[in-house]
Amino acid sequence: MESQEVKLLGFWVSPFVHRVEWALKLKGVPYEYIEEDIFNKSPLLLELNPVHKKVPVLVHNQKVLAESFVILEYIDENWKQCPLLPQDPYDRAKARFWAKFAEEKILSDGAWRAARAKGDNREKALGSTIEALEKIEGELKGKGKFFGGESIGYLDLALGWISYMLPVWEDVGSIKIMDPTRFPATAAWMSEFVNHPAVKDSLPPRDKMIIYFEKRLKELEI
Amino acid sequence: MAEELILLNIWASPFGMRVRIALAEKGVDGYETREENLQNMSPLLLQMNPVHKKIPVLIHNGRPVCESLIIVQYIDEVWKRGSPLLPSDPYRRAHARFWADYVDKKLYSLGKLIWLTTGEAAAKEELIGCFKLLEGELGDKTYFGGDSFGFVDVSLISFYRWFNVFEHFGNFSMVVECPKLVAWAHRCAERESVSKCLPNEQEFFDFVVELRKKAMTK
Repeated sequence: MESQEVKLLGFWVSPFVHRVEWALKLKGVPYEYIEEDIFNKSPLLLELNPVHKKVPVLVHNQKVLAESFVILEYIDENWKQCPLLPQDPYDRAKARFWAKFAEEKILSDGAWRAARAKGDNREKALGSTIEALEKIEGELKGKGKFFGGESIGYLDLALGWISYMLPVWEDVGSIKIMDPTRFPATAAWMSEFVNHPAVKDSLPPRDKMIIYFEKRLKELEI
Repeated sequence: MAEELILLNIWASPFGMRVRIALAEKGVDGYETREENLQNMSPLLLQMNPVHKKIPVLIHNGRPVCESLIIVQYIDEVWKRGSPLLPSDPYRRAHARFWADYVDKKLYSLGKLIWLTTGEAAAKEELIGCFKLLEGELGDKTYFGGDSFGFVDVSLISFYRWFNVFEHFGNFSMVVECPKLVAWAHRCAERESVSKCLPNEQEFFDFVVELRKKAMTK
């Protein structure tokens, strides 16, 4: 049997990297973590991901993979224990749909944008982020602990950043996005998520995140 | 049990075309296509895709699947006839997903900068760069999938009618910039699944010209 050599190039505060780490931990796959400075990219990163020049990059026995959702599906297909995506094609399509939706509407153009924006821009970004969160709340209602039921899965990993990074952005941007009274199912899910054994000891320290995002906020104000 | 399959589509949509090609590749043709109008969406579309209100939507036995590449994967997983669109090896699958994702991330938005504006040089260079990168990935293979027409081929060939739109408004020649990619496109267009799904070249071009006029007068 070939030896399993897994390396992960990451950046300590990247939610895209974190979701890959959680997947590896859930599957019990040992890996070597290599910290990258994304503001000063190494020749290794540029060589391994010339197309996007981003982390995460997973290297498994010399096979190079990039893009966190692509990596998650690879991990799920390559290591069969603790399945992340459901078996049924329709349920899989739904999980992929919601992961993409959250990525586009809450992560990329949503919450972080709202935290950085001022005036009308802020109102607009906040409004659309909350609209998106309402849809996620709808998906969580009556589901159990996680999106797929009692076990953690692909969609939880895709949205997991909400549970620990969103509160930091709210703090740093002085903005209330995730009101627990308005999103009770999401708030309950967030608590389950951060306390999951594969997650809880691997989150970056809050005070370090605050310092980092305060700096980024100043640099990226819109 | 009788299977009910409905596709909500717009004739000119490259995203809808991906779904139609995938179904054709699987030999699935007993489905109903309903032409949508985004200025006047059907109640069915609003019910089946309330989140994005976009096409394509594939409704299979009453259940909607949305987002073209997600639909294509769904089709690949449900209908096992014919050659699979995604390979069976996890790494090769990941590779295919990566490049299909690249097409999705880059082509449409870069392309818009070409045909919706008055030809910015930087956008043109970036788009050509994008095509050249894809050409590099194709290499000397028959298809992106190797010997078999696959996921990445479906993702990209759906933009085939856009090639001469880009050429026209970007003022460059695809066959000069990326001849191997053009040859690949011609090979794909010869496949029945693709040729029967391609909109008429002139009709499509006129349609884009109209869209551009409307957008630029706003």
